[in-house]
Amino acid sequence: MRLFRRPSATPLWRDEFAIDQAEERYVNRRQFAKFLVLISLGMLVGNVWIAIRSVFRREPVFEPHPIAGAAQTPVGGVKLFSYPGEHDPCILVRTAADTFVAYSQKCTHLSCAVLYVPEARRLECPCHEGYFAVEDGSVLQGPPPRPLPRIVLERRGAELVATGVEILPRRGGHVASGSYPGASTERRS
Amino acid sequence: MSDRSPNDGEKALGGLVSIDGALALIAVLLVVQMWLLTAALELHLAGHYETAVPAAIVSAVLFLAGLALFLFVDALDAEVRRG
Repeated sequence: MRLFRRPSATPLWRDEFAIDQAEERYVNRRQFAKFLVLISLGMLVGNVWIAIRSVFRREPVFEPHPIAGAAQTPVGGVKLFSYPGEHDPCILVRTAADTFVAYSQKCTHLSCAVLYVPEARRLECPCHEGYFAVEDGSVLQGPPPRPLPRIVLERRGAELVATGVEILPRRGGHVASGSYPGASTERRS
Repeated sequence: MSDRSPNDGEKALGGLVSIDGALALIAVLLVVQMWLLTAALELHLAGHYETAVPAAIVSAVLFLAGLALFLFVDALDAEVRRG
């Protein structure tokens, strides 16, 4: 171990931090490249995970769930319920005397609760002003990337029953409103 | 102090330029891969399951290209260091 520094023209800091600047840049860039490649690996893992989920997906089974008090909802009024799970809020809208539609209440943008505005006949997300058509749940304006998932409704005896959830295509696709006795079932293409 | 010759400096500079180019390419590939992941997730959530496998294959190709560039950077770095 050297106790005393020999006299030299080199400054003391140069001896103690003997790092070549060019070499330091090399190391930094190599580490940065490694970091980028690791992020790229993470992206690949994410894509593979999505692919696995898509290939091995199971069609969900929905239990029928009666919507209590649907018949008492006034025209233009709404009723909130949960379907298919307890933590899946949905909104039922009575658009006409004999027509009901129901959608997931979670906005497809950031999951804020959507509200029905009867004057405009649309569902609105107050967080970022995303608007959905009440007829089919399609996006009218704003940041939501997808239509609202539609709750399939069936009339069974005196009650209205939720029987499934449909994710509508981004554009076009069919639309079928939940029907009530005498209601017309619309289909658009 | 290092005992490098003036030629070593020029070689190191050339190596740095090559490494910078490779890094830029890796960054571009990564941006494309990020977009691909968000698009694949968006389509999966929208119920378009048929796009997930091609997206994963393209993502794998992009990753392998990035890995090849990284190995190039690593080898070039080692070569310049050896002098």
